[in-house]
Amino acid sequence: MDTELMLKVYPFFLKAALVTVELSILTGILGLSCGALGAAARLSRFRFLRFLGAAYVSVFRGTPALIQLFILYFGGPQIGIQLDAFQAGVIGLGVNIGAYMTETMRGAIISVDKGQREAARTLGLSQFQTFRKVTLPQAMRLMIRPLGVNINALIKGTALVAAISVVELTYTAQRYIGSTYKPFEMFLIAGVLYMIIIYGTGRAVAWLDRRARIV
Amino acid sequence: MGLDFSVVPKFFDILLLGAFWTIAITVSSAILSFFGGIVFAVITLYAPWFIRLPFRAFEWLFMGTPLLLQLFLIYFGLVQIGIDLPAFVAGVIGLGLHFAVYNSELIQTAIIAVDRGQMEAARTLGLSRGQALRKVVIPQAVRDVIPPIGNNMIALLKDSALVSVIGVSELTLSAQRAIGRTYRPFEFYIVVAAFYYVINLGMEAVLRRIERRSQLSR
Repeated sequence: MDTELMLKVYPFFLKAALVTVELSILTGILGLSCGALGAAARLSRFRFLRFLGAAYVSVFRGTPALIQLFILYFGGPQIGIQLDAFQAGVIGLGVNIGAYMTETMRGAIISVDKGQREAARTLGLSQFQTFRKVTLPQAMRLMIRPLGVNINALIKGTALVAAISVVELTYTAQRYIGSTYKPFEMFLIAGVLYMIIIYGTGRAVAWLDRRARIV
Repeated sequence: MGLDFSVVPKFFDILLLGAFWTIAITVSSAILSFFGGIVFAVITLYAPWFIRLPFRAFEWLFMGTPLLLQLFLIYFGLVQIGIDLPAFVAGVIGLGLHFAVYNSELIQTAIIAVDRGQMEAARTLGLSRGQALRKVVIPQAVRDVIPPIGNNMIALLKDSALVSVIGVSELTLSAQRAIGRTYRPFEFYIVVAAFYYVINLGMEAVLRRIERRSQLSR
């Protein structure tokens, strides 16, 4: 193992890891927003909205994220959408993971016991009040863990933007593998940084989950 | 520049060939990941510590890093140690190992969940530990995890697009070649997305059948 080389290049990997973190945070915010909208649409009273939500989930979960990214970044200019690689990465990955989060959130909301809703309605709360004060708080507790799984996938998914030349961790590793012919060393540096990011996020999710528990 | 889908039919045979390779790589990797998953699960549960611990580290590294990075490692790493594999084989190994680790997690819990009496009964009947595992415990464990493994295989199909970056001529790379000649990325990527969607639907149908049949034998 060439430790000397590793010591020489790791600052570049650190800088790239920051880009991966930045990508993950922005993608996470967009994904959660898309997920909330998608779940609302799927649970809507209106048939058309339910259909839209279902179509969103089916299309975005049924095709590769890489292709979605390529359509947006390379195909976008043809229909008047000009984005730089970073923006395309955030939007493409965010909308993609949002489809998975839609299902996570919907699952959590419908698994809140029906009796809770009925009791709240009997006590005179309106339908909206019931959702906001009774169903949603309980559903939020239930969705923390599964959303954590989505976020884990999201962080690893940010590697895809290497294919549209965003200089994040995987792209940096790929470039150094090409120029140094030391794939194991480069993989090790990038791998350790990914694991730190993922482990840290996992701990944060576990902490949130513990705090949200009632008992 | 407007959209013009009329350029697509001329490249249809290339795309179909790409779709064939996408299915080939998905099926090969799925088989590898299935049997690999069983082997990994048995190692994690039953191997002595000096095999188990390094193996845990390997699993950890594979679960905590992106597939794309692993593909680069396998493709370029094997070349470095003197093994020059065709891109297709490197892709199958990368996808197969990656999903084997995920399948292994599922199979482990299922093996633990198989009633202890099954193992004891098999041992009483004179089967060795290995035989009891292979003929009694694992078949029951595998049957229980077919639905979640199916979900992993659907994810594998979509992730097979990643092997285009190491030069496997599957659907995504075929589209890129066609785009290189026509400069029509939007049209080709939309068509290719539709291809994936259809393959996805077909795969879901096949998985549902396997699930139904495995439930019948209960």
